[in-house]
Amino acid sequence: MADLVNLTIDGVAVAVPKGTLIVDAAKKLENNIPVFCYHPKLKPVGMCRMCLVEIGTPKVDPATKQVIKDDKGNVVIAWQPKLNTACTNPVSEGMAVRTATPVVDGARSDVLEFLLTSHPLDCPVCDKGGECPLQNLTLEHGPGISHFDYESKQHNAKHVPLGDLIFLDRERCIQCSRCIRFQDDIADDHVLQFHDRGRHMEIVTMSEPGFDSYFSGNTTDICPVGALTTADFRFKARPWELDHTPSLCTHCAVGCNLSLNTRLETRTGGHEIKRIMPRQNEQVNEIWTCDKGRFVHEFTSARERLTKPLVRKNGALVETGWDEALALIADKLQGAGSSVAGVVGDRVPNEDAYLFGKLFREVLHANNGRHPVQLGMSPSLPMHYADVARAHGLGVNADFKQLGKGDTILIVNGDVEEQAPVWFLRLRQAVVDRGAKLIIAHHRSTKMHRYASRIITYAPGNAAQWLASPDGALDELKEARNLVVVFGDEKCDPVNARGLALGLAGLITAAGHAGKQNSGLLPLYPHANTQGVYDMLGLETPGEDLQPPAAVSWTIGVGEPNDVPPSRASGAKPFAIVQELFLTEIAQQADVVLPVLSFAERDGSFTSGDRRVQRFYAGLPVAHGSQAKSDWWIFQEIARRLGVSWSFGTAAAIFGEMAGQVGYYVGLNYDGLGASETQWPPMGREDLYYGGTVYDNEGGIGVRYPTAVESGRAVSFKPVQLVTPSMGALSRPARRLYQNGELIGRSNVIGAHIEVTQ
Amino acid sequence: MTNHILLRDLDIPDIKNLAVYSDHEGYAAWKKAVTTMKGEEVIGVVKDSGLRGRGGAGFPAGLKWSFIPKDIFPKYVTVNCDESEPGTFKDHQLIRENPHQVIEGTALCAFAIGSKVAYIYCRGEFKEPVVQLQKAIDDAYAAGLLGKNLFGTNYSLDIYVHLGAGAYICGEESALLESLEGKIGQPRLKPPFPAVVGLYGKPTVINNVETLANVPGIVLNGAAWYRQNGTEKSPGTKIFSVCGHVKNAANYELPLGKFSIQDLLDMAGGSMSGLPIKAVLPAGSSSPIIPAANFGAKLDYESMAAIGSVLGSCSWIFMDESVDMVWAARKMIRFFKHESCGKCTPCREGTHWALSVYDKLLSGSGTIEDVKTIETVNKSITGKCFCPLGEFATSSMTFTLKHFRKDYDDFISMKKGGRADWMRELQRDHHIHEMHSGAIPVHGIPVHH
Amino acid sequence: MLKEKRAAEVAAILSKYPHERVRSAVMPLLYLAQEEYGFCTPDSMREIAQICSIDPTEVQSVAGFYTMYFEKPVGRHVVEICDDLPCVLRGADKLVDYAETKLGIRAGETTSDGAITLKVAMCLAACDRAPMCQVDLKYHYDLTREKFDDMVQELRK
Ligand SMILES: Cc1cc2nc3c(=O)[nH]c(=O)nc-3n(C[C@H](O)[C@H](O)[C@H](O)COP(=O)(O)O)c2cc1C
Ligand code: SF4
Ligand code: FES
Repeated sequence: MADLVNLTIDGVAVAVPKGTLIVDAAKKLENNIPVFCYHPKLKPVGMCRMCLVEIGTPKVDPATKQVIKDDKGNVVIAWQPKLNTACTNPVSEGMAVRTATPVVDGARSDVLEFLLTSHPLDCPVCDKGGECPLQNLTLEHGPGISHFDYESKQHNAKHVPLGDLIFLDRERCIQCSRCIRFQDDIADDHVLQFHDRGRHMEIVTMSEPGFDSYFSGNTTDICPVGALTTADFRFKARPWELDHTPSLCTHCAVGCNLSLNTRLETRTGGHEIKRIMPRQNEQVNEIWTCDKGRFVHEFTSARERLTKPLVRKNGALVETGWDEALALIADKLQGAGSSVAGVVGDRVPNEDAYLFGKLFREVLHANNGRHPVQLGMSPSLPMHYADVARAHGLGVNADFKQLGKGDTILIVNGDVEEQAPVWFLRLRQAVVDRGAKLIIAHHRSTKMHRYASRIITYAPGNAAQWLASPDGALDELKEARNLVVVFGDEKCDPVNARGLALGLAGLITAAGHAGKQNSGLLPLYPHANTQGVYDMLGLETPGEDLQPPAAVSWTIGVGEPNDVPPSRASGAKPFAIVQELFLTEIAQQADVVLPVLSFAERDGSFTSGDRRVQRFYAGLPVAHGSQAKSDWWIFQEIARRLGVSWSFGTAAAIFGEMAGQVGYYVGLNYDGLGASETQWPPMGREDLYYGGTVYDNEGGIGVRYPTAVESGRAVSFKPVQLVTPSMGALSRPARRLYQNGELIGRSNVIGAHIEVTQ
Repeated sequence: MTNHILLRDLDIPDIKNLAVYSDHEGYAAWKKAVTTMKGEEVIGVVKDSGLRGRGGAGFPAGLKWSFIPKDIFPKYVTVNCDESEPGTFKDHQLIRENPHQVIEGTALCAFAIGSKVAYIYCRGEFKEPVVQLQKAIDDAYAAGLLGKNLFGTNYSLDIYVHLGAGAYICGEESALLESLEGKIGQPRLKPPFPAVVGLYGKPTVINNVETLANVPGIVLNGAAWYRQNGTEKSPGTKIFSVCGHVKNAANYELPLGKFSIQDLLDMAGGSMSGLPIKAVLPAGSSSPIIPAANFGAKLDYESMAAIGSVLGSCSWIFMDESVDMVWAARKMIRFFKHESCGKCTPCREGTHWALSVYDKLLSGSGTIEDVKTIETVNKSITGKCFCPLGEFATSSMTFTLKHFRKDYDDFISMKKGGRADWMRELQRDHHIHEMHSGAIPVHGIPVHH
Repeated sequence: MLKEKRAAEVAAILSKYPHERVRSAVMPLLYLAQEEYGFCTPDSMREIAQICSIDPTEVQSVAGFYTMYFEKPVGRHVVEICDDLPCVLRGADKLVDYAETKLGIRAGETTSDGAITLKVAMCLAACDRAPMCQVDLKYHYDLTREKFDDMVQELRK
């Protein structure tokens, strides 16, 4: 490659891309130059002075401009007179760096000693103890003894709530400004700043509510000491007591990679999630996650979790055993002369949704062919356009990091920060840091509007109508190098939502970007597996609303009462089966309620909004005394009672079959999803002091499946006839991150932030 | 000197008034430049004059101006009137008594580089002289010397004054820019330098008030005229702020290279108390102290470097034999601790730590180990800071230790600590520190200790 | 609200800086708030944040960094005596001692009648006329005990 730069670090040669900082070049050689303020995801500031090294460059003869060589033909190096920071200096050709000389060692120990003059030695009671860069670096580079007179140590407040989620210990803070810079440069919520100066310099916030940012938890990961802690985890456990399991976030379409930190609680005798940490996946969330993903987990161990099947007897739901419940269901399904409607919530894993679909197609339909069976998903709106988003999505190797100068990001009718927070971070960086152009069309203002070079407004519900005649507003899209189109379905009727997706797909094609790797549609789906559930159910397109069933209504993980198939206006109420974690509003109306496992107690896969199929793993054992089961286990049991014997022992087995059946997934395999690649720059546990407490990617980085265009399949969609927006659509509130729901409602930590919409 | 070039108020009463200034060739250079010269020509003559920056570093002004990229707009001029180095009070006099010359110099710089806006950044404490400066600016606008389409050309220029609010570090050019942008005054990483990425990310020249006050004369009379004074490498005259234990503390404008330190002391009337002068700080607290033995050195950049010190901002603090250098060093460290912006570890922690050891010495409980600790801490700070402020702080330790080690040794062996006036001083500082520490507000949120 | 009470001054301040750089107005606006309310009140900082299109925390940060902004109430007059090296060489320390005795408070404190806050200051760039002090942004030079007494009497009026 032309733009590789050669240098030596402690005499070892290394070639790195132009612009690489010395500290990262050294990392390539596994030479860990200690850092505090530097963080690979933040712009360097060079303020802690921990990374000082000796830097030299080839000596040049001023007359001839030639590099000077000694008698032996070696290039003579001109060493800088002072130590310099490895974190702010980019490499240059022929550079020489020394990191292991007595001067450098001395500087490291000096800086550490300085930091320790104000830092308390309270590691034994500190939440960061065991995963603390300062602790590690002190052991490695610190002064044996301190010359400092601890009598004159300054004592500061130790429990300062910066808000209700994040606490600050002012004695522990080493003023590295990582937290401030994350908030300023990455989240763009400038709610943390330094106050005062010199030795009095402290982190403060004046925002209301305190630390007002959806991304606040990330600061605790990258804080190199125990100064910032979460309300969730502080004083709860020591990091080394925790088990960690690779997992995924279920809350939105980004598919953030997470790690569940769990521990056996002697108090309750059960395992609990003590905290959720991001897991590095440079393709998806890098090392970030939003506060909803991090803090909404208490529902997994909520006391209200369903633990036994319930059946309705004499008007009331009563506990029963699986046999009775399953037999009852099988009986009802076999019952003659009526129809079945099944609805799957979009947090249900692929394996379960697939098996549900298979049950409908192969068992209910075969056995019961004369009766209509229908499948739908919840929320139902995405099934009206998920096929379009899938066909015209981003390329298999699309990479957010490559978006920048020359590229255009068009956001239509969606609120990226509220609906896909980590995409907000990534797209914002493409625009603000790397110069991509942002155009936004929306009926209202969103945070993303701050960065737009063009803003277009239209009447609520009229996104597709506007797109049909954009009046030259989008003519320039042809000139873009790539075109990413992010869209949402706010205030849309189903047909208009589809019309919008089709219009946008047409726009990409017309502007000449179809099939490009870094171009395509990016839908703002509501949850983690909207695309997956749609794919698994093999729904007819465009989606149609379910007809009222006569006999059985069967809902799996559906939170939204409106999505339950309606009963017929006249005639008997259908027999209602509900599979759920909680006795939700819908479950309370059911005839049979079956307790299921949450994502934390089982494994499976989700397909993100950009079609990345990723695995999550069981981090918690099934609670003592609970009889909850995976949804797929239930389907298999029912199939057996209906005379069809499947023998799926694991989610993996189901995935194996599915991958041979479901078009787009052909060729994927469960093990492949679980394969990890080395993440660069390394910021996980092994590199604790470099990046923070984010977890290494142990569970796999997932695999994106190709679009129809890429696989050479012809796609053509019938145009739709747009309608005047209905009152129903117009009155539907836009999805917000903290809007009330079954899961978030059970979070003590995030509770105060829940927005009750209307 | 009877004919001052900078401190012309000493020769011409009321030169602060536009009419008087105009009668004495005021704004003649300005008119000449705008109506008959190109920007490059102005840069050329300033380059030829050899004028060096008077803010401390002595960087050639014309060269600095020539670094401004031609093709990036807008460009800015910012004038450094933060003047906070202990012992400096020359810019104070210039903006108060001869403001039009500062304005004219600023305007010429702006014209030279093609800038249409200049900000004069004055330390907040200068509110009072800034009234004078602002009046001069207003008068210049009224007289058509500033504003739109000057002298009938299509060149326009606005000059604004921006007040700091108490922070020595804002004299450092990049911190000044941060402050002017409405942020806390912490210095920026360099490169890029302000000439390329300066105010609002645009090319910016930053010059000291005194530097620019030299420019009208140079443009009007030429480089050779300017070079009549001074030496080859240190041309021109320079204002020397003289204070401390001298009879006549004041600003003195002298040609560089002609006089010695002793001459300067004599001009200032010699020792105030009659006690022999022990040493002098030539550029405020941040400079290497010069013992009396070296007072023969000439006053120019090179000669000062030769005796291991600097010309810097020329704030000459003379101290007589009554001064104990341990006390003096503590006073200086207190200043730097107070002014450390907090950005980098060695400066933030090191100045605090050093001060606490000096306090121990002054209070009388110090030992020879503590003197060693000062040396260690000093060494730990040296060469590791983000900006020169931290390095400045080490000067006070390094050079008092170097030249007056005896004061330190005597301090311990003769148990000098605990003097009543020192104890009052220490207690006062501690009281202020304590009151300050409890004062961190977090609005709207209760703080639990 | 400054925008109503001091509309002309706010407008004059804003006119100094490029439109998209209103943040530069933070410092002059903080002075204005201090003049109006005696110190930089949290509400005024919120208003300034709004005028400058930044977060209130950023305004608070600026107010906290610079020594001339007060985040807590101070006396009607603030007397700051320079007690840096050059001034002390010319007797400033004794003047501070005297001021403390005279006012019956320690540096950093405010007299019980709320009239005067006494502070010490780092070098104020007037070392030729030491001892000196700054009272509400006005310099008083060549101070003696008598001059100090007169000054205090004047302030108490
Ligand atoms: C800590 C520090 C404080 C400084 N204070 C001032 C100052 O008060 N006034 C000034 O003109 N330059 C000061 N300087 C120097 C400026 O950074 C800069 O070099 C100068 O303004 C350039 O102008 P000149 O070339 O005309 O001297 C300071 C530098 C440092 C590192
Ligand atoms: S709280 Fe942590 S991240 Fe923030 S400045 Fe302090 S040490 Fe750095
Ligand atoms: S200065 Fe390089 S890591 Fe902080």
